[in-house]
Amino acid sequence: MADKSTGTNGMSRRTFIKNSGLVAGGLVGGGLFGGLLTNQFQKKPEILSDAKMSGGLQEARVFINRAEDFNILSAATERLFPKDSLGPGAIELGVPFFIDKQLAGEWGMNAKEYMKGPFITNIQAAGNHNNSNNQDSQGPNAATQVPAPTPRYQSILNRSEIFTLGLRKIDQVAQEDFGARFVDLAPDKQDEVLRMFEEDKVEMKGVGSSNFFYLLLQTTLEGAYADPVYGGNKNMMGWKMKEYPGPRMSYLDKIDVEEFIVMEPESLRNYQGH
Amino acid sequence: MVVKLAKVDVVVVGTGWAGGVVSAELSKAGYKVVALERGKNVTRDDYIGVKDELRYTDRYEMMQNLASDTVTSRNYVDETALPVRTRKEVMIGTDLGGGSVHWAGATYRWKPYDFEIRSKTIERYGKNKIPADMTIQDWGITYDEMEKYYDRWEKTAGISGEPDPIGDMRSSDYPNPPMKESPAIRLFMDTTKKMGYHPYRVPAGNLSQAYVNPDGEQMNQCMFCSFCSHYGCDFGAKSDPLVTVLPTAMKTGNFEARTGAYVRRVLYKGGKATGVLYTDTMTGEEFEQPADVVVLAAFTFTNNRLLLLSGIGKPYNPNTRQGVIGRNFNAQFNITFLGARGFFKDKKFNYYMGAGALGATLSDFAGDNFDHSNVDFINGGGIELRQYGDGAIATNHVPKGTPGWGEEFKKNSIYYTNRSLVVWYTMATMSYWHNFLDLDPTYKDNFNDPLLRVTYKYTDQDRNMAKFGIEKSREIMEAMGADIIDEDEVPEEFDHVYDGMHYAGGVIMGTDPATSAVNNYLQMWDVDNLFVVGGSAFPQFAGHHPTATIGALAYRASEGIVNYLKNGGQLVEAKQKSSIV
Repeated sequence: MADKSTGTNGMSRRTFIKNSGLVAGGLVGGGLFGGLLTNQFQKKPEILSDAKMSGGLQEARVFINRAEDFNILSAATERLFPKDSLGPGAIELGVPFFIDKQLAGEWGMNAKEYMKGPFITNIQAAGNHNNSNNQDSQGPNAATQVPAPTPRYQSILNRSEIFTLGLRKIDQVAQEDFGARFVDLAPDKQDEVLRMFEEDKVEMKGVGSSNFFYLLLQTTLEGAYADPVYGGNKNMMGWKMKEYPGPRMSYLDKIDVEEFIVMEPESLRNYQGH
Repeated sequence: MVVKLAKVDVVVVGTGWAGGVVSAELSKAGYKVVALERGKNVTRDDYIGVKDELRYTDRYEMMQNLASDTVTSRNYVDETALPVRTRKEVMIGTDLGGGSVHWAGATYRWKPYDFEIRSKTIERYGKNKIPADMTIQDWGITYDEMEKYYDRWEKTAGISGEPDPIGDMRSSDYPNPPMKESPAIRLFMDTTKKMGYHPYRVPAGNLSQAYVNPDGEQMNQCMFCSFCSHYGCDFGAKSDPLVTVLPTAMKTGNFEARTGAYVRRVLYKGGKATGVLYTDTMTGEEFEQPADVVVLAAFTFTNNRLLLLSGIGKPYNPNTRQGVIGRNFNAQFNITFLGARGFFKDKKFNYYMGAGALGATLSDFAGDNFDHSNVDFINGGGIELRQYGDGAIATNHVPKGTPGWGEEFKKNSIYYTNRSLVVWYTMATMSYWHNFLDLDPTYKDNFNDPLLRVTYKYTDQDRNMAKFGIEKSREIMEAMGADIIDEDEVPEEFDHVYDGMHYAGGVIMGTDPATSAVNNYLQMWDVDNLFVVGGSAFPQFAGHHPTATIGALAYRASEGIVNYLKNGGQLVEAKQKSSIV
């Protein structure tokens, strides 16, 4: 039962409207509604007060074992998406934690990809690698794709394995060709290392170095701009730089407006009313 | 052990627009219908509050799980095909409602020219206009015959639009007016009008107002929330089978949709289909579902693969050019939807708002609407400007010359967010003897059945038409006042990325059983009680989005199935065998 001592004062207006919407829409029955209402009342007020802050308790590694691998990842993503006068870079946005979480999940484990053999691991040599194909810049899905090329994925390795190998390879190349750990190199030297991967000039076992590089680039941009629920785009700072409002119910009254409209971003947490 | 179930009148494989329309029409006519869907059961509730770009657009939440099966892909007949392994490389819809749930909603009728393309091309330009390699053919049905089915489907789906000013005969207007006009659309409409073209609003499956369709299904007004293409609709405001034909079928009491039912064979005996064999994906149990009529209404790939696996129809052989199943595979891949992107230095558009089919278009360069005497291709396409409502991850368009990452990329990608528009050419793709489907000799699914293999390459026709479309798009973008204009590049070859879900053919319509698999009711020439409905019936791909034609063909097929159930036999008389070389 609802705890009367918190009363409606414990609910934000948003929560109240959402609950009312549930009733009006007839989507839940009486018994279930009672349960939802109880849950809403039991929420601690401080959860609502930091509704726009990403959770700091989630910033820990859940896939990458070695701290030094994570540091390489952090340094590399920061070069791809650096901090500048416009706003935060990859590290400040939580991109390395975002990537770590992605690698731990179904995407990193290639759970929904076709992973049966035989595998052609030297597809670069086979000459139909399609390294230049950039789906975001043109063609049927130009409006939806991340700006990272899509080479044919033919490796026996899943993405999380590719990242582990790739991050260590970055450090190996840094030491062999530039004489220092990757994290200790000057930014322009770090860029040179990354460019070698991008241009397939590094030999990796089981996968092309550009395949790894484009996965790194793709996830860096995703981490900068995905909903904060995934651990990146910290405090919606990525969206703020782009004046992106986040998920909204309706633009029905704005779609025909000539002027550009800037809104304070809101996240899935707001939208779903948690 | 296979469990044999009670016989039904009609078993339908697939629950997208094709399977949904057939299920609704047959169950309304009083027949017992079971539809089998390999994906999971979903309802509108699954899509409430899921405005999550990463999950739906970048991780392809609504696309088929490829772990068991995908397609293999190659360009040339003598190459070894490789599996298309990731969902970033191939989009195939799944779950109840199929690809029709996460579609964008652009809804064009195809043109009289499209349905009689071979005859009309020869009539206007002579035989030599069609290259020897090109295997385009007439559909065995005309636009005039298709019109009533288009009309019926548009009313079922509640399409919002206005007639194409240079379009073809319509028996009635769209059931709903066009959607609201955004500033970008206004700019495209005004500019192209001044250029002497005939722009009109993209006919949309996103509803401009609340609407009740002829079957009594209610749909809501679109909110322009932007989570549309790749997503199920939060509001029941995008026309899809979940809010139209599937509930219509359900209401009759004659319909059952069985999800998690992975169909593996069409069962066939003595010249007739007897039912289908499927596996329950939750338990692994095998079932036989007997039926008087079997309808394959799955995606192009599945329709083709099931016929090939079941040994029904003669498989196409590219060396002899004999056989039909797998013939004339056609699609809109990365050589289509090319055009010009314009960057505006001092103008911002609210491009984070939008809807899947919010847009404007013109047909001045579509079909045979312009004289092809002096161009080195046939057919054409629409020119479109679309305002899907762009997500934050996707919106990273930068002018050419900008590096792909680092400081300058970040600066430009952020600056040009909401400052770039694209105009593209939705061009047609013709069919060729060397583009086809068959079974892969190497790669298998979880049941040890071979995967479907795609062999597809581009031709001069494709490259010439793409170049033409890019030039026209560039001219429009210039007139629209963009400060920087980047032309798309014509790709040398098909890149094995199956974007956009417009892949068709292989079980094509026609008048001659030697060159087509189904008649103009989508009934197989070889098997009277087997109907194959969907994009698989397209003999070639027209220069506009395909969904309306799939919906219309599904109504046509439904009429044929009812005829067959009443009278039996072949519904269409085959024309004499043509000689094919």
